[in-house]
Amino acid sequence: MSVAPPLLAVEGLTKSYGGIHAVRGVSFSLRAGEILALIGPNGAGKSTCFDMLNGQNMPDSGHVRLLGEEITGRKPREVWRLGVGRTFQITATFATMTVRENVQVALISHGKQLFNLFGSAPKFDRDEAGRLLELVGMSGYADRPCGELAYGDLKRLELAVALANQPKLLLMDEPTAGMAPRERVELMRLTARIAREKSIGVLFTEHDMDVVFEHADRILVLNRGTLIAEGSPADVRGNPQVQAVYLGEGLVYDSRHREGASA
Amino acid sequence: MAFYVVQFLTGLASAASLFLVASGLSIIFGVTRIVNFAHGAFYMIGAYIAFTLTERLSGAFGFWGGIVLAALAVALIGVIVEMVLLRRIYHAPELFQLLATFGLTLMVEDLVVLIWGPDDLVGRRAPGFKGAIDFFGQNIPSYDLFLIVLGPVVLGILWLLFQRTRWGVLVRAATQDRDMVAALGVNQKWLFTSVFAVGVFLAALGGALQIPRDAVHHAMDLRIIVEVFVVVVIGGLGSIVGAFVAAVLVSELNAFGILIFPKISIILVFLVMAVVLIVRPWGLFGKPEAAARKTPGLTVNPWRPLTSNERLMALAALIVAALLPLFAGNYLLTVGSEIAIFVIFAVSLHFLMSVGGLASFGHAAYFGLGAYGIAFLAKMAGLPMIVCLLLGPLLGCMGAAVFGFFAVQLSGVYFAMLTLAFAQIVWSIAFQWVNVTGGDNGILGLWPSSWAASPSRFYWLALGVAALVTVALRAMVFSPFGYALRATRDSGLRSEAIGIDAKRIQWTAFVIAGTTAGIGGALFAYLKGSVFPDNLGISLSVDALVMVLLGGVETVSGAVIGAIVYKALNIWLVSQTDLSKLVLGGFIMLIVVVFPKGIVGMLEMLAQRRKKASPPGSPLLAKPIESAE
Repeated sequence: MSVAPPLLAVEGLTKSYGGIHAVRGVSFSLRAGEILALIGPNGAGKSTCFDMLNGQNMPDSGHVRLLGEEITGRKPREVWRLGVGRTFQITATFATMTVRENVQVALISHGKQLFNLFGSAPKFDRDEAGRLLELVGMSGYADRPCGELAYGDLKRLELAVALANQPKLLLMDEPTAGMAPRERVELMRLTARIAREKSIGVLFTEHDMDVVFEHADRILVLNRGTLIAEGSPADVRGNPQVQAVYLGEGLVYDSRHREGASA
Repeated sequence: MAFYVVQFLTGLASAASLFLVASGLSIIFGVTRIVNFAHGAFYMIGAYIAFTLTERLSGAFGFWGGIVLAALAVALIGVIVEMVLLRRIYHAPELFQLLATFGLTLMVEDLVVLIWGPDDLVGRRAPGFKGAIDFFGQNIPSYDLFLIVLGPVVLGILWLLFQRTRWGVLVRAATQDRDMVAALGVNQKWLFTSVFAVGVFLAALGGALQIPRDAVHHAMDLRIIVEVFVVVVIGGLGSIVGAFVAAVLVSELNAFGILIFPKISIILVFLVMAVVLIVRPWGLFGKPEAAARKTPGLTVNPWRPLTSNERLMALAALIVAALLPLFAGNYLLTVGSEIAIFVIFAVSLHFLMSVGGLASFGHAAYFGLGAYGIAFLAKMAGLPMIVCLLLGPLLGCMGAAVFGFFAVQLSGVYFAMLTLAFAQIVWSIAFQWVNVTGGDNGILGLWPSSWAASPSRFYWLALGVAALVTVALRAMVFSPFGYALRATRDSGLRSEAIGIDAKRIQWTAFVIAGTTAGIGGALFAYLKGSVFPDNLGISLSVDALVMVLLGGVETVSGAVIGAIVYKALNIWLVSQTDLSKLVLGGFIMLIVVVFPKGIVGMLEMLAQRRKKASPPGSPLLAKPIESAE
């Protein structure tokens, strides 16, 4: 029986900044259609880990493979061409262009028409752009300048842009950071629905545990650069090590503090 | 051997002044984020005032006292400039700051001629350092030895100032994060003013110390500012040690380059700069800059293609313009042709600047290369006009391809400085390589073929090409390429994340803009019948910037209106006054401070205001979007 390679396979990913080991030997894999959350306290190495997956940052060692193909150290734009969409913790959009134009740029890039000097861009894949905006519920905003949008809408626009090249994998760095609670739930429901319909693998980092436990199929827990737990939401919730990381640090600090005070 | 040692020491002595000026520029940039174009002007005023003071005051004390007094006086002028002009534009995009300080430079150039006259002034020699020292049969001026010692001493003093004083700590803190320093309750206004004063003092001191070595003249500002830009690009903006090392490097390259390529020694400096930029784009001692803030600000009106009504109006305007020969005389037609040519030049820069967000301060290089292309083809190869017009701009295209490749590796102020330096290099070659370019005498006798010889026919030719170029570039704004170019301008991070190779897109835009400028230059050569180094000089580059700005940098085709208004005004002004630089400089500052959206931008805003009740405000001058990082 031949086993198809997983959508994303990460093996022994390591990165240090000076003497600080930001990420140490992280390995995991992700199936198509699966929603995987990467969580951990501040400074655990989530963002570093994340940036190494699409070439935003170079690992010191380790491998990232997409459907068996080595993508470690490739440039972000090359990784995108292989079918990896990405949204940012702080949204990055084209502020002077309209919402539709933002999506059209991604479609132009996907269609390899970037150096087409005399075509008409306003007419370029207009229908497809409309469909993508419809999908994320932004149809009504298509002609609005992107700089006028509310933060939650920018996040949805980023999702539409990330979907423009029919990705196999979506990387979402804190997709709901800075959003109101109701918006968070809506955005993640939307993401989950799209991922299941189109069989896209989703990896996201997140601080909001409600979002994580409600939407993730599986959870990875990172602490001080190493994976300390992996499993279903129920497993992770019951894992004593995870509880120690999230709840225990205050106690450790408290006891030390008390010792110091009594000494 | 002794000869080379002396050459080396001469290089070191030249480095002293260069270091003083460059370190001043770096310090000012570090804290205020303003690239002070007027730094060369302050250097020049320092030299002029020092000349006057050292002539009036006698004795050794009079000389050295005069030098220091001159630098202090210029620093005081700097304080006034900072308080009156710069405080109004700290939040403006960096392009506006560069332009405002350039306007100041223009005014100073006319003012020094007004006060001190147009002739070169030869100053006193320094008391105590009048002689020369014999070194194995070679003479070294003892003043050079003084300068060689002075450079490291100033470096040491600056180091102590920044490491050991409270003021120095604040300056270093502000260089890292000025918002944080403000939040800690430091009076930013006075910190900025004092930093600017210190920077200007250093520039003026550099100028004043030059008087025993060089004659004082009214073009020394541009020469030094180009060298200083090269120095800070190599050394890294904001680094004083970098300024020192790069000043020594550049001076030595000049000293020895003159032995290797006597005619075009500047090539050597250019090659070194190119290598540094490839290996370390932020300079030898600089730090990679955080993501640049958005240059053009938020557009209120999203750009859209013209409606059919607007197209008809544009066509009608073109027809009216084409009817000009029916009632205008030859002089007016020549003026009309010149305006049409400058429309081509302006829209080419506008494409690069507004659509691509790349403000080139040396766009005239490609205009002039197009003109020289014509001169070479017509005079040397003897080709007919139509062939020349088709091939001539290719020289602009090639220049843009080579320089653009390096320039797009950088962005923002680095891009502006680098393009300026490139243009100055091309200018130097045209000026120095007399055998080929005729040097200052230019190349004369380029006349159009008979089919385009009469003023009305040439006017129609220029007008037709201008219309064609404007339409083509406008179409490109709304082509897939145009969208991609705007995307790279708005967000490099997002462009990269959706598969766009920003550097290649920007390079292509640079080549398109350069080639288009070359077309303008080609026509210009035929209009004037001659080509001169001025056709690729700095003032022409700035003309282009002002035309774009006047039309409105946020608009799609504002440059057309900007070029017409500016050029007509300019031609009229030059016929009216000898002090055109003074008026022009004041005009530039006025636009930047009170009229930043330009003519077309204003009209659009008024139209918008009529449509909606709510005023959109001025996004260009509004605070730049503070990124949350």
